Amino acid sequence: MKTVDFSLAGVQLTALGSGALWWQDKRLLCVSDLHLGKSERISRRGGAALPPYDTRDTLIRLEQDLRFTNAETVVCLGDSFDDLDVLDAMPESESNWINRLQAGRRWVWIEGNHDPGAVELPGSHLSELLQPPLTFRHIAKAGDSGEISGHYHPKVRVQTRLRGISRPAFLFDADRVIMPAYGTYTGGLRSTEAVLEDLMRPEAKAIVTGQTPRIVPLPRTLRR
Amino acid sequence: MAATSETLRDQFPEAFENWFASKGWSIHPHQQEMLARANEPSLMLIAPTGGGKTLAGFLPTLVDLAEQPHEGMHTLYVSPLKALAADIKRNLRTPVDEMGLNIRIEDRTGDTSYTQRRRQRADPPHILLTTPESLALMTSYEDAARTFQGLKRVVVDEIHALADSKRGDQLMLALARLQQICPDLRRVGLSATVDKPEEIAGLLAKQPDPCTILRADPGPDPDIQMLTTNEPPPWSGGGAAYAIPAVLEQIKQHNTTLIFHNTRAQAEIFFHNLWLANEEGLPIGIHHGSLDRDQRLKVEAAMVRGDLRAIVCTGSLDLGIDWGDVDLVIQIGAPKNVKRLVQRIGRANHRYNAPSKALLVPANRFEVVECTAALQAVLDQDLDGETRGPGPLDVLCQHILLRAASGPFLADDLFSEMTSVGAYTDLDRETFDACLDFCATGGYALRAYDQWQRLKQAPDGSWHLRDPRAASKIRMNAGTIQDADLLKVRMKRSRGGKPLGEVEEAFAASLLPGDTFLIGGQIVKYEGLREMTVEVSKDARKKPKVAVFSGTKFSTSTQLSQRILRLFQQHDWPELPSHTAEWLSLQRHVSRLPEPGRLLIESFPHNSRQHICVYGFAGRNAQQTLGLLLTKRMEDLGLAPLGFVSTDYATLIWGLDEVTDPSALLNRDAIHAGLEGWLAGNALIKRTFRGVATIAGLIERNTPGQRKSGRQATFSSDILYDTLLKYDPDHLLMRITREEAMRGLVDFSRIEEMLDRVEDRIDLVRLDRVTPLAAPLLLEVGKVYVGESAEERLLEEEEAALMKAAGLA
Repeated sequence: MKTVDFSLAGVQLTALGSGALWWQDKRLLCVSDLHLGKSERISRRGGAALPPYDTRDTLIRLEQDLRFTNAETVVCLGDSFDDLDVLDAMPESESNWINRLQAGRRWVWIEGNHDPGAVELPGSHLSELLQPPLTFRHIAKAGDSGEISGHYHPKVRVQTRLRGISRPAFLFDADRVIMPAYGTYTGGLRSTEAVLEDLMRPEAKAIVTGQTPRIVPLPRTLRR
Repeated sequence: MAATSETLRDQFPEAFENWFASKGWSIHPHQQEMLARANEPSLMLIAPTGGGKTLAGFLPTLVDLAEQPHEGMHTLYVSPLKALAADIKRNLRTPVDEMGLNIRIEDRTGDTSYTQRRRQRADPPHILLTTPESLALMTSYEDAARTFQGLKRVVVDEIHALADSKRGDQLMLALARLQQICPDLRRVGLSATVDKPEEIAGLLAKQPDPCTILRADPGPDPDIQMLTTNEPPPWSGGGAAYAIPAVLEQIKQHNTTLIFHNTRAQAEIFFHNLWLANEEGLPIGIHHGSLDRDQRLKVEAAMVRGDLRAIVCTGSLDLGIDWGDVDLVIQIGAPKNVKRLVQRIGRANHRYNAPSKALLVPANRFEVVECTAALQAVLDQDLDGETRGPGPLDVLCQHILLRAASGPFLADDLFSEMTSVGAYTDLDRETFDACLDFCATGGYALRAYDQWQRLKQAPDGSWHLRDPRAASKIRMNAGTIQDADLLKVRMKRSRGGKPLGEVEEAFAASLLPGDTFLIGGQIVKYEGLREMTVEVSKDARKKPKVAVFSGTKFSTSTQLSQRILRLFQQHDWPELPSHTAEWLSLQRHVSRLPEPGRLLIESFPHNSRQHICVYGFAGRNAQQTLGLLLTKRMEDLGLAPLGFVSTDYATLIWGLDEVTDPSALLNRDAIHAGLEGWLAGNALIKRTFRGVATIAGLIERNTPGQRKSGRQATFSSDILYDTLLKYDPDHLLMRITREEAMRGLVDFSRIEEMLDRVEDRIDLVRLDRVTPLAAPLLLEVGKVYVGESAEERLLEEEEAALMKAAGLA
C-alpha cells in the first residue's frame, strides 16, 4: 500500500490512500465519518432503498487498513454511525464484524453530529480525545492547534493537463488536519467552499486519496 | 364522400359554419374526417404545420361542448412543450370566444401556481392543456379519479416528438391509467410527417384497439438546397465560419431566417462570428435551451413581433410554435438524421401550401457528401427511423411508484393496465414483478431491511406506501427528462448579478478563473463559483478562450450512412462541388473508397507513429466505442496503441506498432469480451446509470436547496453504481443500464450491425502515407489518449509541477 508522510505539531503522520490516518509512534489509526448504516437510515425515513452494501464495503476497507497497520488504537472521529438507531437494525453479521475488528485493540468512538451519544458497542465514547500534542475531535475549532478533525468530507479538484480530477482529500497546515470521509456512501465538500477556506491557512496543502496518495497545494478560489 | 358530408352537416352546428364563413375559410377535408370519425377509439392525424392541425384535433371537442353542457373535464391536451400549451390556449380562445361558446380552457404546466393547480384538481376546466410530466403528477394524487371523471377525449400534439422518448412512454402509461378511470376515453394523436406512422399509432392506441391514420394534404415538396460558397468548406471542424458572408447575404434577401445548429456550443460560436461580420447591424437573436428563460422569452417575443431578421438556434426552437413570417430555414452542419431535417424545415414554415425553403450548410468537406446524401433522401422521401426496443423499465418503475402515491392497487390490475400500452404489450409478468419488487424493497440479492419496505402488501393483496409521507417525495422525483447537472451562470453581484443561462457542471469544473467563454452571444470571464452559481464578468476580448460546452452529439443515422456509402460507389459525382468530387477521386486513386457490405481499414505511418483508420460508418457514438474496444484489443495484442479519434464515419487509431492482421483485431468474441470488461468501469455507463436510477426513483433529483447547503450530504450516483457492480451486478437497475447503454451512448448495437454486415469482408490497405479521406481525422478535436493508469500518471505529473511551482519540491 502506498502512503505519504507529513507532520503536525512535530508528530509524524502517515496518510493512507483509503483516507485513513496512521500515527506510527502511538500505533494509532484514525478514520472519520464512516456513516455506517446510512442506507438503512434512508429507507427507515421513507427514502429510496439504496443498495444495502455500504456498511460491509466500509468495513472491508477498514479491515484491510487494520491488517496493514496492525494498529493498537483505533479512533473513529465521529459520524461513525449515520444515526444512533442504525445499530438496532444492523444485521448481526455486520455488528459481529465490528466486534471482531475491535478485539484486542483500544477503540475510541468520538461523538459526531450524526451520532451524538454512546452506542452499544465496546470502546470508549468521548466528545474529544487528547493525545498530546494532538487533539482528536469531530468538528474543527477555529484557532485551535494540533487538531485532527473530520465532519466536512473535504475533497479537492486537481486540474491536470487533460482534465480535472476530483477526489476526497486530507487538508492540512501547521495547525490542523481535516480528514476525508471514509464511509462508502459519503459525498464531498470542495476545498474551495468558504468554510474550509476560512479554517485553513493560506499555505495549506491537500493529500489526494487514491491508489497513490499525493500532496498538492490546497486548491483555492482567487477571492482573497 | 357524399355520405360523409351529409353526416357532417348534422355534426357541424351552425355557429361553426358561420364562424368558418366569417373567416373566409372552408373546413379542410382532414378536419371533416376527424369530425366524422370522432367516436373511434383512437385516431392519428398526420398533417403539415399550418394546415389547421390543432383545430382538427379540437373540433370534435368544441362541437360536442357547443351542443351539450358537460360537467368537469371534457378534453385533455398534452404537448411536449410548456410554451406550446400556452400558445394553444391563446389560439383556441379566439374561435371559442368568437362563437360565443361557454368553454373553460386552462393550462397546467410546471409554471402553474400551487393554488391554481389545487383548484384545477378540485374543479377542472372543460379543456386542460398540459405536458406529460404534469399529467403524470396529476394522476398521482388520491383524487385523480375525481379530477378526470367524465373525461371524453385526449389530444396528444406533436406525438412524433414524444414517441421515441421516455417522456412518451410515461405519457402512454398515464393514458392507460386514465382509461381505467374513463373507459370510453377517445385518443387523438397529431403528428408531423414520420417514416412509420403505424408504429406511432400503435403506441397511441390502447392495445389491442385499432388506430385509424388520417393524412392531410402534405402540401408542396420543400425546396431544399446546399448553400454554395466561393470558399470551399474546411477539412474538419463544425463551426462553418467560412459560410458567414454567404449566410448574411441570405438573411438580407429574406424576411426572417431561422439558423439551426446541432449543438448549443456551435450555435454560440456561429452567433458570435455572425455578429462580428454583421456590419449593417441586422437584428439577429440567439435562442437555445441553456439560455436564461427571460432571455429566451424576449427573443421569442421579438420574433413574433417580426423585429428579428434571423435567429440562431438549436432544437429548442424545433417545435411548432407560431413563429410569424419565417421564409428561410438554414441548417448549419450535416443534419445527421433526415427525419429531423424534414420536420425542422416543415415546422418552421407556417404558410400552408407554400413550399418551405431551406439551405444546408456543410461545416466541413465530409459534410458536403453527407448533406448531398441527405438531400437525395429528402427527395426520395426516405426518412430514417431507428426501431425502438420495448418500453424502458425505469419508466415502468416510476409509474408503479406514482400509482402507489395515488392509493392502493392490485398487482394484477396494474399489470393488465400496463400491457395495454403499445410499448409494453410484450412485458412479461416476471419482469413486471421484478419492477414491483424493486419499488417495494429495492430488489437486492441481500434482503436487509424488510421492515422498511417502501411498498407494503395489505392482507387483501393490495399494495400501498408504507409511509404515506413518501408520496410527496415520489412526486418530487417524477418525470423522465434527464437534466445534466446544470449550474446557473450570473454576472458577478457587484455587476448586477444578471442571470445569463446555464452550463453543465462538468464544463464549469473545467474552467479556471480568468478563462473566457461564450454564453448568449457574449464573451464572459469566469470569476469563480459561489454557492453553486458560476459567476462571470464581461470581457471585451475578441476571441473566447474556451468555447465549447459539451452537449448531446447526434450520430448520423444508419440510413444516411448507407446512402453515403452508396454515393461513394458512383463512377463520378456531378452533383458534388468540384473540390469535394476531386477529393473523393484522389482517395479512389491512392487507396479506395469504403463500400457497403465491406469494411475498409487503411494503415499508414505518419509523424513517426503507425496509424490505422477504420471506416465503420456506424455513427459517432459507436465509432467512439469501437475506438475504445480496438485500442484495448491492441494493448492485449501488444501493439502499443497511444490514442484515437472518432467521427461519424471512421475511427483513427495511432500507436507504436503497425497492424498487419485486421481480422485478429476485429475478432467478434474478443471484442465482446473486451466490451464486458471495459463497459463495467466506463464513464458512459455510469452516466446512463444515473439517468436510469433517477427515473426509477433510486436517487433523488438534486433540488436547488440541497445543492446550496453544500454537497457533503449528497453523494455521487457513481458510488451506488460501483457498489452494485461489486456486490449485486445482476440487480434490475444494472440490467436496465446495460441494455440502455448498448443502444444509446455506447451504441454497441451499431457495431454489431456493422460486423454482421461486413462478416469477413475486411480490406486492409497498407500505404506509405496518410490518405485523403483519413487526413481530416488528424485535424479532429476530441482525441482520446489511452494506456494503463493514465489517470495516475497525469496526477503524478501534476503533483510534481504544482509542488515545483509552489516552491515545495
